[in-house]
Amino acid sequence: MYEKIFEKYSPKKDNLIYILHDIQDQHPQHYISEDAVSEVSEYLRIPFSHIYGVLTFYTMYSTKPRGKNVIRLCESPPCFLKGSENVLRKLKKTLDVKINQTTKDGLFTLELCACLGVCGNAPVMMINDDVYGNLNDEKIDKIINKIRGEK
Amino acid sequence: MTKLIKVSIDGLEVEVPDGTTILDAAKKAKKYIPTLCYHPDLKPTANCGLCVVEFENMDATKRACSTPAWEGMKVITNSNKLRKLRKSLLELILSNHDVACPTCDQNNKCELQDLANLFNVDDSIFPKILKKRPLDLDSFSIVRDSNKCISCGRCLIVCQEIQTVYALTEGGRGFDKVITTSFDKGMYDSPCVNCGQCTVYCPVGALREKNHKDFVWEALLDKSKYVVVQEAPAIRATLGEEFGMNPEEVTVGKMYAALHKLGFDRVFDTNFSADLTIMEEGTELITRIATGGTLPLITSCCPGWVSFMETYFPKRAENTSTCKSPQQMFGTLVKTYFAEKEKIDPANIVSVSIMPCTAKKFELARPEMKDSGYQDVDYVLTTREFIKMIKEAGIDFATLDEQKADNLMGAYTGAGTIFGATGGVMEAAIRTAYFVLVGKELDDLDIKAVRGMTGIKEATLTIPTKDFGEIKLNVVVAHGLSNARQVMEWVESGEKDYHFIEIMACPGGCVGGGGQPYGSSIADRARRGISLYKEDKDLPKRCSHQNPDVNKCYEDFLGKPNSEKAHKLLHTNYFERSKLNGEIIREITHKH
Ligand code: SF4
Ligand code: SF4
Ligand code: SF4
Ligand code: FES
Ligand code: FES
Repeated sequence: MYEKIFEKYSPKKDNLIYILHDIQDQHPQHYISEDAVSEVSEYLRIPFSHIYGVLTFYTMYSTKPRGKNVIRLCESPPCFLKGSENVLRKLKKTLDVKINQTTKDGLFTLELCACLGVCGNAPVMMINDDVYGNLNDEKIDKIINKIRGEK
Repeated sequence: MTKLIKVSIDGLEVEVPDGTTILDAAKKAKKYIPTLCYHPDLKPTANCGLCVVEFENMDATKRACSTPAWEGMKVITNSNKLRKLRKSLLELILSNHDVACPTCDQNNKCELQDLANLFNVDDSIFPKILKKRPLDLDSFSIVRDSNKCISCGRCLIVCQEIQTVYALTEGGRGFDKVITTSFDKGMYDSPCVNCGQCTVYCPVGALREKNHKDFVWEALLDKSKYVVVQEAPAIRATLGEEFGMNPEEVTVGKMYAALHKLGFDRVFDTNFSADLTIMEEGTELITRIATGGTLPLITSCCPGWVSFMETYFPKRAENTSTCKSPQQMFGTLVKTYFAEKEKIDPANIVSVSIMPCTAKKFELARPEMKDSGYQDVDYVLTTREFIKMIKEAGIDFATLDEQKADNLMGAYTGAGTIFGATGGVMEAAIRTAYFVLVGKELDDLDIKAVRGMTGIKEATLTIPTKDFGEIKLNVVVAHGLSNARQVMEWVESGEKDYHFIEIMACPGGCVGGGGQPYGSSIADRARRGISLYKEDKDLPKRCSHQNPDVNKCYEDFLGKPNSEKAHKLLHTNYFERSKLNGEIIREITHKH
């Protein structure tokens, strides 16, 4: 199932994080399943549990199915000072989920992350590969409704 | 020659080889530095920070356990600053720890408890940040309580590097970091081979064996049950140290006395079935050599190794002896041979074994281990559980009068007793194989080349056989599963050619088993092994084929070694297991 990805990378241990990245990107639910870990473990000859350790060390990977749109809200101090807590409250309410949960319609997953490097626009969040800054309640409603409309 | 460097520890000058850690240099100067995550047998994980030290000639702190000393270094091992630092580290650890000492299995042995007490730590300084996680209770052998885990990382080194099983791993990071299994599924759904080495090295009560002690008490106090007990060789080499006696002496007579006192109806000895194993396995070896069967033959007495083989080297099942472990041979015979002789309904027999081993708790539950028509062994007590039972019953072990084992399955030879140490099964098998092949006893029964704590021990033996002239037997002994893995890789690549291989999962063999006292070090294991060899030397009979109870069992019941009946009752077959979760994939060898 992952041959295409394996073709891109030689079976070297250093390639682990790239392979995991590609697998997660390729999956419609943005996560890395047990089966995937098992195949990578065979391909790179790295113990299963070792890969699991790597997966859970980096917040960018998920071992649970995620929504089509993964929201990652920055929780680092500069964003915190600019009110990321309010943004979080608003997101939780609008989506009706807690942190690390996926909405019932499978459209959104809410996660926290460390500094995204665009603190000038704090508070900041990413949805999949897009960055959204200077967030407030109104702006959040707009963004979420837009995505809901697209589905 | 490594060069020597001069260092000063609290003003005391010592000379140590270059590369020595600050901690070891301090030991040389007889200066104590507190440690928690560090264990002398394991490479330092440097996780806890308790061993911090300062310097007279430098403004810095360093972790003594993992920092090499350097020429001219002037260490300060204790100061007000260091004490304060160490104390708050302990307070932080306790804030994330389920402090439940009175009910904890490590109470009075726990390294954290000790330090907290020495430093007068107040566990209410920091708010509790512990997020309670459920106990991992599904494994047959090990219970994991992450609420007690202090993330020292010892079990990871043990499971990943010494055993190369990779059942345990680290999940998450920072405050969310936990020691866990893949996908947090628990030990039962991991490739854990139940060796229990992680429990021996855990400094706190986060890893322990599955308790069978309460079931055994229940059986002992139930008048309708007939409770029979066997004890592994390693037990007699360990009890002394735990009861303040000379740790270099075995305590056979007192062990039997304690068991009688606890109320076991029949006290036998696993050493009997160790001798029996040699008769079966030795015969298997000779037959394989004589008939061109599959070689090398690999021993099968260690259930930790058997699971490891089934998981990581399933192709070697055809090389692995079909013999059950001594524990399981014993269990089958108790509910057949013994029951018949004594006219006891096997349904009323409770068969208990006392083992240095946690893997035996898994082994007894293997579904195929029912050749007596019942579950062959009912409960396994680890050495630790047995010691607790003796204490719970208020028995003053050291002053007990010596007693004997009961008749029928109690006699043993020196060959049986050395099963408990690495190399022992090999040595015992060679003694008997030599006798069978040559027609007389070996001149010198001590086979020193396979003794001792070296991880992989090779030897070539020349045997002048009666029937096919002189043969050369290449043998190898490995203990600790990383060494077993190495030997299997040599066998599979064809790099080495062996006839006979002994493997024990635990470093040191069963005297270093996962059910032995918490904290058992390599030095403890080596000492226990030596006591077993000493006992062997002093016994009147030192070869399995001289065991009168074993010979009687063949005459009255089994026929001869490897007979059809012996095969049915004393031999077994193997399965392939998943590297992900230990689940059975298929049967690889079949029972005949
Ligand atoms: S019992 Fe052995 S194999 Fe299982 S987790 Fe502990 S060290 Fe690893
Ligand atoms: S389980 Fe025990 S040995 Fe393993 S990290 Fe936790 S405290 Fe250390
Ligand atoms: S070496 Fe002995 S104690 Fe360790 S797993 Fe094997 S049988 Fe059990
Ligand atoms: S702190 Fe939020 S983007 Fe840098
Ligand atoms: S003992 Fe040195 S860091 Fe734990």
